[in-house]
Amino acid sequence: MHLQVDNVSKRFGSGSASKLVLENISFDLHAGEFLALVGSSGSGKSTVMRLIAGLDRPSAGVISIDGVPVRGPGSDRGMVFQKYSLYPWLTAAQNVAFGMELQGRTRQEIRERTSYFLEVVGLADAARRLPRELSGGMQQRVAIARALAAEPKVLLLDEPFGALDIQIRESMQEFLHQLWRQTGLTALLITHDLEEALLLANRVHILAPSPGRIVRTVAVDLDRSSMAHLRVSPNFLALREELAQCLRGLEPALLR
Amino acid sequence: MQLAPARLRRSLRHPWTLGVLGVAVVVLLWFLISNSGVVDKLFLPSPQAVWAAGHNQWSSGLLLKDAIASIQRVFIGFAMSAGLALPIGIVMGTNVIICRLLEPLMALIRYMPAPAFIPLLIIYFGLEELPKVLLIFIGTFFFNTLMIMDAVKFVPHELVETARTLGGRGLPILARVVAPYIAPQVLDTYRINMASAWNLVIVAELVAASEGLGKRISLAQRFLRTDEIFVGLIVIGLIGLAIDLGFRFLMRRSCAWAN
Repeated sequence: MHLQVDNVSKRFGSGSASKLVLENISFDLHAGEFLALVGSSGSGKSTVMRLIAGLDRPSAGVISIDGVPVRGPGSDRGMVFQKYSLYPWLTAAQNVAFGMELQGRTRQEIRERTSYFLEVVGLADAARRLPRELSGGMQQRVAIARALAAEPKVLLLDEPFGALDIQIRESMQEFLHQLWRQTGLTALLITHDLEEALLLANRVHILAPSPGRIVRTVAVDLDRSSMAHLRVSPNFLALREELAQCLRGLEPALLR
Repeated sequence: MQLAPARLRRSLRHPWTLGVLGVAVVVLLWFLISNSGVVDKLFLPSPQAVWAAGHNQWSSGLLLKDAIASIQRVFIGFAMSAGLALPIGIVMGTNVIICRLLEPLMALIRYMPAPAFIPLLIIYFGLEELPKVLLIFIGTFFFNTLMIMDAVKFVPHELVETARTLGGRGLPILARVVAPYIAPQVLDTYRINMASAWNLVIVAELVAASEGLGKRISLAQRFLRTDEIFVGLIVIGLIGLAIDLGFRFLMRRSCAWAN
């Protein structure tokens, strides 16, 4: 799997009222990698995600997967939204099965994969519960299971833990890291949380706002055997502080 | 002594208790005033007299026949309206061009009072069943359609986009995301507009009909039978209430997730 974002720009509106949201974004994502895009609001990071998902079209440039240009949404790119996008009338298991049913898989296969992925996200006991009966963290885990069950080549995570409490967010970060190690998935994470990006990703791109563009790329090579330990390790903190400075430098002067 | 107040408080807390109490108070006032002789019996018949008139109509089979005639008109007219409003409302909610084309037209017709169509309908279709059924259709179709259109427009984008990223396309998304999401609102729309359908059937029957609850009321007026007018009003109210509760029940059963 090779996701290629090549010189992509995005402009919303037309004429004098138009606004350039993304300017010449380029990066690659290879199978098994975990990549993060970090930026403040206005950096167009969610737009990048929507373009890759095929929900919007770039104004210039090409996005391709294994050499095939993206022309619209497809199940090769699974997406997890920030806001809970579970179907409120379906149980957790039915939500996980939803994508596979759209793909027309056999009933037997759907049943097996549903229970497998609910197991993977630790929600086998919640299979028959409705989304409103689940906590925010559980709902996002169901959403992740649903995306994974459709067998995407790449998992797109758009601020997946942005709406969660800090404690739950930390345990979800741990969960996502374990999931990545276990399943060898390929993931692209969008976040404004630098710590989250550094904890999870092999590579982090820093986006500057208005228009969104990549200003810095860091390869993160840290010992992730214990996430709790990593959070307070000197190397991690030094890198985080350095990049935080960089992010702060990108904000307009008023906000500094 | 300890038990009784506790039980009283519990039963007072039941959601229906106060509602029943409200009805009971009105009936009691009605009973007291009508039996005190302050008001002429012609204007305010006593509950006993209304009950007797109702019983009379029931045993002669007239009440049932009238009720069936009215219910039939409401159901045929409303079924046409609801059945047509669903696809058109969904198409208007999903397709901008069709919405722009039809919305102003419907919004305009919606504000034309349906009873004002009665003269036209009589000229076109005479005095049979068709004009009455069409009146109910005209009076509810535009409301049904526009309310369903709104429900479709407010389906959260995330739900549709999630389905698209999972490989879903037009029709499957309509059937598996939009339809279940709007189902509770559609049922509620029907429940609300059903009330207009009941208003209209009575209006239509007051104008021209050989049977029906509205027809019975207008006949009773001619013979100054206020007790029979009361019977008609109460029966209409009760049937309406029963339909309303039926829709609520259906909604609770089929859309438990939305409660």
